[in-house]
Amino acid sequence: MPENVIQNSAQLQSPVKKTSKLANIYKFRELGLLAFIVILSLAVQLRNPSFLSGENINDMITNTAILSILALGMMLVLVTRGIDLSIGSTIAFSGMIAAQAVSANQNLNPFVVILMGIVIGMACGAVNGILIAKVGLLPIIATLAMMNIYRGVTFKISGGEWISSYQMPESFVSIATGKTFGLNNLIVIAIVIYLLFYYLINHTRTGRQIYAVGSNPDSAKVSGIKEGRILLLVYTIMGGFAGLSGVLWVSKFASAQGDTASGYELTVIAACILGGVSIAGGSGKISGIILGSVLLGILNNALPLLNVSPFWQTGIQGLIILVAVIINTLVKRGVDRNNLMRRKI
Amino acid sequence: MEQRTALDKQGYIQRNLLDKKDFSLKGFFLQWEWMLVIILIAVMMINASLSPYFLNYASLRDGTMIFMDKAYIVFPMAMIMILRDIDISVGSTVALSSVVMATMYNSLGVPMELAVVICLAVGALCGFINGLLIVKFKELSAVIVTLGTMILYRGIAYVILEDQASGNFPEWFGFFGWGYVFGIPFILILFIIMAILFGFLLHKTTFGREVFAMGKNPTASRFSGVKVDKIKIIVFTLAGLMAGLTALFLASRMGSTRPNVATMYELDVIAMAALGGVSTAGGKGRIIGTVIAVFIIGYLQYGLGLINIPAQTLLIIVGILLILAVAVPKIKLPAFVKRK
Repeated sequence: MPENVIQNSAQLQSPVKKTSKLANIYKFRELGLLAFIVILSLAVQLRNPSFLSGENINDMITNTAILSILALGMMLVLVTRGIDLSIGSTIAFSGMIAAQAVSANQNLNPFVVILMGIVIGMACGAVNGILIAKVGLLPIIATLAMMNIYRGVTFKISGGEWISSYQMPESFVSIATGKTFGLNNLIVIAIVIYLLFYYLINHTRTGRQIYAVGSNPDSAKVSGIKEGRILLLVYTIMGGFAGLSGVLWVSKFASAQGDTASGYELTVIAACILGGVSIAGGSGKISGIILGSVLLGILNNALPLLNVSPFWQTGIQGLIILVAVIINTLVKRGVDRNNLMRRKI
Repeated sequence: MEQRTALDKQGYIQRNLLDKKDFSLKGFFLQWEWMLVIILIAVMMINASLSPYFLNYASLRDGTMIFMDKAYIVFPMAMIMILRDIDISVGSTVALSSVVMATMYNSLGVPMELAVVICLAVGALCGFINGLLIVKFKELSAVIVTLGTMILYRGIAYVILEDQASGNFPEWFGFFGWGYVFGIPFILILFIIMAILFGFLLHKTTFGREVFAMGKNPTASRFSGVKVDKIKIIVFTLAGLMAGLTALFLASRMGSTRPNVATMYELDVIAMAALGGVSTAGGKGRIIGTVIAVFIIGYLQYGLGLINIPAQTLLIIVGILLILAVAVPKIKLPAFVKRK
């Protein structure tokens, strides 16, 4: 990440001089987004005092968990200059197979179902990865096509039927409703994944290679990074997350349909973009996508609390996404200008 | 020796700078469009063998009315993709402009003629807003901006009409979707006219050359004095305008409109353009290819609809077709590799 580089080089040049706390805050590029979230929360809180109650916050984070898991995978894809439009279909596909499996065999261990979902998702993601890395298709076209195919296959295997809650065993539904250490399982899963990938992205060679491929594919190639392998890895991870989310999704909403999560890929991409992940590749931070997912979670939670007509909600969401992205851009411009000026001195 | 280098130089200029390649039969037949023609013929043959009702003049003619509406957006979408951008808000633009038109006519008593003009204007305005945002905030790519406006435009349509449908258009309005001129559907005639217009615009005018230049190298074309921002805004406005036109045809064919019409149109349109040989990496594409691709996907959907193949199977088929279309040119057969 560029700001780290700047920080490190500044430290190298003058190890004695400490950067002040204020300067560090200025370097935090998601400042605009954070301010936006705080202002939005305060505004909602003024209108409806139950918004910032513990129960509601818990609900909100539970509902954001799946989105944030997907946003993490999507960040990796976007960092390599790619995009994955097929995840909504992968969610439906793995969710449908998981639901069929548990309805046919009620005694199936939930962990086996989750594992199965992850493997199915990884297979779907690997197909995307092979098409993109080995055949050389453009990510947007390849995943667009696979989106159609996975969705069609989901409808085929379901035969147009829904699988609803009474066909699912208690053990399966409790994946999403149960608690571990006092926290909802979904939140625990999301936290574990985030810790794991924070390490993977920032402290392993593979993680840095993902960024290298995204910020400059040519020099990454020259430095001996196997671009194809990284791309395959990234899309497989994305697929694995989508497969996992499919199982969680079906368990949470207790129904599996052919059109589950249709169009959800756009919400995930929106969360990443709000979090400052650049579509042009090479930049994106975990702190950013957490903020992006939280903002979308707040919107989904707050609009019904404010008694906004459901017909207005789509429009308001679109407007807020646009405004937030633009504000974030303007703040970033200011921060970048600030950084440049400091470097000159 | 000097003469030789001079000749070499001249040859180099001819080969590389003047963009005039020697005509070769092999090069002519190795064009992507011939591949598309073969696919189209294959689609026709498969459809004809599956359904006895497919291959006759009336069926082929009237089939165009079913799939032609979204085809208008393919032309500006091709231009946008040549510019290395993408517009995923066109489906929402279609919904918004048709909803505004219907509301103007039914609730505000605006005459239908004026409402039709307003429909086109709303479409163009939506496209213009996209273009303006993309140009003003260069850090944001077109995907981000149109993703935002896609949700926004659809949302405005919901605000206006909620979950109602609005119809009761005057009788003459049905002409757009169901009318014939000289025994040929009006929608098909207008499509061909638009194809010629856009083909001329993209391949024969300075504007078109500048679009290609921007797609090949945006920085170089900006330094060469191409008005990059202006062209981008024009192209996105054209996309909005064509979405407005699609809204007219769609509303006319269905006889009414709802806020949730034309969902996922953008994906169909992008699929048609990509199949037609327009590269999303920019700088490559031809109108004739997109025209054939429109007929391929259109007749495929129409023909398989005739034999009651469910829409979900169509999804799979269109997906596989799209992958094959983009993957086949990437596979290098020994005979196709140029000798150096």
